Amino acid sequence: MNFEIPNFLPAVPEMFVLGMACLILVIDAFLPDSRRDITYGLVQATLVAAAGLTLWMMGPETVLTFSDTFVKDPMADILKVAVYVTSFLVFLYARPYLMERGIHKGEFYILGLFAVLGMMIMISGHNLLTLYLGLELLSLSSYALVAFWRDSTRATEAAMKYFVLGALASGLLLYGMSMIYGMTGSLDIAVIAAELTAADESLNIPLVFGLVFLVVAIAFKLGAVPFHMWVPDVYDGAPTAVTLFIATAPKIAAFAFLMRLLVEGMGPMHADWQGMLIILAVLSLAVGNVIAIAQTSIKRMLAYSTIAHVGFVFMGILAGTDSGYASAMFYVIVYAITAAGGFGMIVFLSRKGYEADQIDDFKGLAQRNPWFAFIMLLLLFSMAGVPPTVGFYAKLAVIQAAVGADLVWLGVVAVIFSVIGAFYYLRVVKMMFFDAPKDENAEPVQPSGALATALSINGLAVLALGIFPGLLLSITHYAIIG
Amino acid sequence: MDTIYLLIVLAPLFGAIAAGLFGRQIGRTGAHTVTILGVAISFILSVVVFWAHVFGDAGIYNETVYTWMVSDGIHFEVGFLVDNLTAMMMLVVTFVSLMVHIYTIGYMKDDPGYQRFFAYISLFTFSMLMLVMANNFMQLFFGWEAVGLVSYLLIGFWYKRPTATYANMKAFIVNRVGDFGFLIGIAALVFYAGSLNYTEVFAEAESMRDATITIWPGWTFGLLDLALIFLFIGAMGKSAQVPLHVWLPDSMEGPTPISALIHAATMVTAGIFMVARMSPLYEFSVAALSFILIIGAITAFFMGLIGLVQNDIKRVVAYSTLSQLGYMTVALGASAYAAGLFHLMTHAFFKALLFLAAGSVIIAMHHLQDMRAMGGLRRHMPVTYVTALIGSLALIGFPFFSGFFSKDAIIEAVGYSQIPGATFAYWLVLAGVFVTALYTFRMFFMVFHGEERYDQAHKYMPDHGDDDDDHHHDHGPLQPKESPWVVTVPLVLLAIPSVVAGYFIGPMLFGDFFAEALFVLPEQDVLATKGETYTGVIAFVLHGLMLPAFWLAMAGLGTAWYLYMKRPELPGVIAERLKLGVRILEDKYGFDRFNDWFFAGGTVRLGRALWRYGDALIIDGLLVNGTARSIGWISARIRHMQSGFLYHYAFVMIIGLLVLMFAYVI
Repeated sequence: MNFEIPNFLPAVPEMFVLGMACLILVIDAFLPDSRRDITYGLVQATLVAAAGLTLWMMGPETVLTFSDTFVKDPMADILKVAVYVTSFLVFLYARPYLMERGIHKGEFYILGLFAVLGMMIMISGHNLLTLYLGLELLSLSSYALVAFWRDSTRATEAAMKYFVLGALASGLLLYGMSMIYGMTGSLDIAVIAAELTAADESLNIPLVFGLVFLVVAIAFKLGAVPFHMWVPDVYDGAPTAVTLFIATAPKIAAFAFLMRLLVEGMGPMHADWQGMLIILAVLSLAVGNVIAIAQTSIKRMLAYSTIAHVGFVFMGILAGTDSGYASAMFYVIVYAITAAGGFGMIVFLSRKGYEADQIDDFKGLAQRNPWFAFIMLLLLFSMAGVPPTVGFYAKLAVIQAAVGADLVWLGVVAVIFSVIGAFYYLRVVKMMFFDAPKDENAEPVQPSGALATALSINGLAVLALGIFPGLLLSITHYAIIG
Repeated sequence: MDTIYLLIVLAPLFGAIAAGLFGRQIGRTGAHTVTILGVAISFILSVVVFWAHVFGDAGIYNETVYTWMVSDGIHFEVGFLVDNLTAMMMLVVTFVSLMVHIYTIGYMKDDPGYQRFFAYISLFTFSMLMLVMANNFMQLFFGWEAVGLVSYLLIGFWYKRPTATYANMKAFIVNRVGDFGFLIGIAALVFYAGSLNYTEVFAEAESMRDATITIWPGWTFGLLDLALIFLFIGAMGKSAQVPLHVWLPDSMEGPTPISALIHAATMVTAGIFMVARMSPLYEFSVAALSFILIIGAITAFFMGLIGLVQNDIKRVVAYSTLSQLGYMTVALGASAYAAGLFHLMTHAFFKALLFLAAGSVIIAMHHLQDMRAMGGLRRHMPVTYVTALIGSLALIGFPFFSGFFSKDAIIEAVGYSQIPGATFAYWLVLAGVFVTALYTFRMFFMVFHGEERYDQAHKYMPDHGDDDDDHHHDHGPLQPKESPWVVTVPLVLLAIPSVVAGYFIGPMLFGDFFAEALFVLPEQDVLATKGETYTGVIAFVLHGLMLPAFWLAMAGLGTAWYLYMKRPELPGVIAERLKLGVRILEDKYGFDRFNDWFFAGGTVRLGRALWRYGDALIIDGLLVNGTARSIGWISARIRHMQSGFLYHYAFVMIIGLLVLMFAYVI
């Protein structure tokens, strides 16, 4: 085997983020607690620079490197940019929260940056091992982030659950990968796909066997029913700033992970995984939307809403068409932006010693601050899929994809559960606009700083993208179809 | 040209936004300056466009400006279609709107909602321009709904008056009925033609004629007939045709300037415009034309009759508007689209004039509207008097005034028409001429001539509950005086076209002014029949003098003079003799009562029954609350699956894995 110097160029953003993460780690070690803003600034600058690099290097061609273990294609570029943008927003929203609680540590941003690197590798993985490494980098960072507020017992408990279940899921994933490797003799995504096309009928059972494990692991990462149990506990237990992070950008990466593994790798077995995803999608839609109704904590409610959204993402993918993948990608990006705004609003309303994480805390928001009540209304409408917010187009696109794949009944199911889901979103709207504020927090909300501005932009973006859906739609279309 | 068209549309919108959202910052003067400027720009550019189309060689402009979305091959676009028809409508709309803007400065002087009012009327101008300039059904519908919305807002402008809010709800709900039909009509056309664009739909007209649609097994209709009748139902709502006319008289609760702008000159003619714009479709459906003809004739005659017994000055003008809209509709039904549009134009001028003159009178009478307390105003308000006289003469069709030409053309066209129902319509519109002259000059004499009855004002003062609009009701003896110049100048400016607009009859009706915009089948072209004998304006007038319409108008005028000037005690005697007839007219044929009892009451009764049995029992009790309760119950149960115990979670995952495995591997 000859050693040849690999083509580093496609992985420049990854190497840059890695280098910066290490550098910031060192710098942060020498900073006093009062100067953490430097860490924050550096991390945000890194994200901006990485976005610049990725955009600069963007091109229509697919480039493989590092012995075909790493791929750079339009989908990877666009998803990475989405990850940067979401993470940037998340860090911006998280900072005041952390500062007020005296946990404004460098670890948060550095772990976050490593998680971003993990996501980038997941997005660009073209080999079972690379994909796995990216996933683990993300997961380990996430576990640590959840546990990062050591004084909070709930956060610690949540981290413990997350870690154990995550380890179980990783084990299942590795097991599934080993089965696939055993049957096809390769870890390379493209080779696996080629082998599967040529595979003998007799290999079918062990292949499906491996496939089930892969699907389960993916379902766990995205939080699809019945592998969702960690989601509410972790979202609720983790500090809101961390929830904000793990609820948004990693979903984009998990989508990419799913695309690489199932669509590109196991594409020839579409018929098999389509059925599995249908089961998971229907269960997620049903359980997510129904249980969300019974929640009193808005973080748990949004956790269940996330589960329901995953059902929609699956609907787009299981259609098995390019427009279906594009619609799922559209959905997941829209979800990430909207969820960032939603959790950001909780951060915005919270103060030291008051988390604002109960649904009741939103009562009378319209009296306390009409503008942010309106922004929250936009975000909730988008989650519920009310036009003209972008959430409507997201739902429309995936339902269209499902109907296009002759799964009309699934579209009907999705619509029915959307209606059920609309109830709990609209209940919050009703509380904001028609109920009187609770006595202890009746004073007006004073918007301040970058958080308020960014939240406003975030909310308006949800509206603007809904009025001009063509932009994002054509981007996702380009990412998948070229 | 793109820029010009965009500017025409957007200038009023900009004014509306500035006055509406920043009214407090820019103040009263700022609000009227910016909106008047916006509308003035639109008007001037509309003149330019009109000039370019009529006298220049500008061809038909038909372009898409913005594609909103494409769904299933149907393009949802914003686009403009500008031909002579559009250019004329733009001119009329912006001109009347400009006049009304200026007039409003005087009329709404003391109103606390000054800026809001200007914002609304500018928004209306924008919406109306979007409507007339549309080149596709979506934009038409947008404009259609937007003018409806503004109309709703303006009727309820004095929102503290219960009568005003009742009237605006009524207008909104009645228009809902029409709009529903309109939407069905559009849907049927789009369903067949697969496009929203006018040109593309019109191209399918001939093939649509033979297409049928089966609503229910055994119920098969011609697609085109059905679609066009539904479209016309939309027009019946907007243009207040029987039986959807009931909202228009009540809309007089709004301030007078908008009665002139929206409920006389422009918005209510949207239905007429729409049918004319769709002439390439309507020509192929005799059923639809016949329907239009009959509805229009009924409106023209019977609504005019009600005008005879009204005492509120604005209501007389309102019923007159209904009747005149009926005339336009009749023209459409007789395939004389050009005549309908011509009457639309002349009517826009003289009716806006009459409304604004009525408004001027109302200002002078300190917001008293009852004619029984007026009289002799001629001496106090010379400008209003003369302009109102011009408007009245135009309305009754006095020779050489604009209404003479347009109304005569309609009546003769109907006489030539072969559409089923044309004979019926002919007699009604002919009789309507007499009625028109009678109620018009009844009003005119009661207001401007005779003895001064201001001392009776307190008897007829409207009771608006609280004095929300801050008009000063000083209760001393009324001293009417002429209105300020911002009020009289628009009157004079409107009086000019009320006279001269009629002289365009040659090119507009018998020439090729509308040749590109309208389509008429040769065998139904009644105007061409008439046009064969047309030799010029003077000859037309001379010919008109020999027709019954003229003599009927004169008879009406004479009767009014005799009854209200010569023998003022006589109307009371006649009313006594014809008690039943007067009762029926005062009851407006019982439409309102019937609607209140049948539709409103029936809806309430039905709603109550549905609520009690359908909603409370089945839907709420069993389905919704049942579902909600069971979903809540399920939710409450399965949330306990979320036990918080790690081993439960792991267990569920393993079960899930096993289930998938058994389902797919074995």
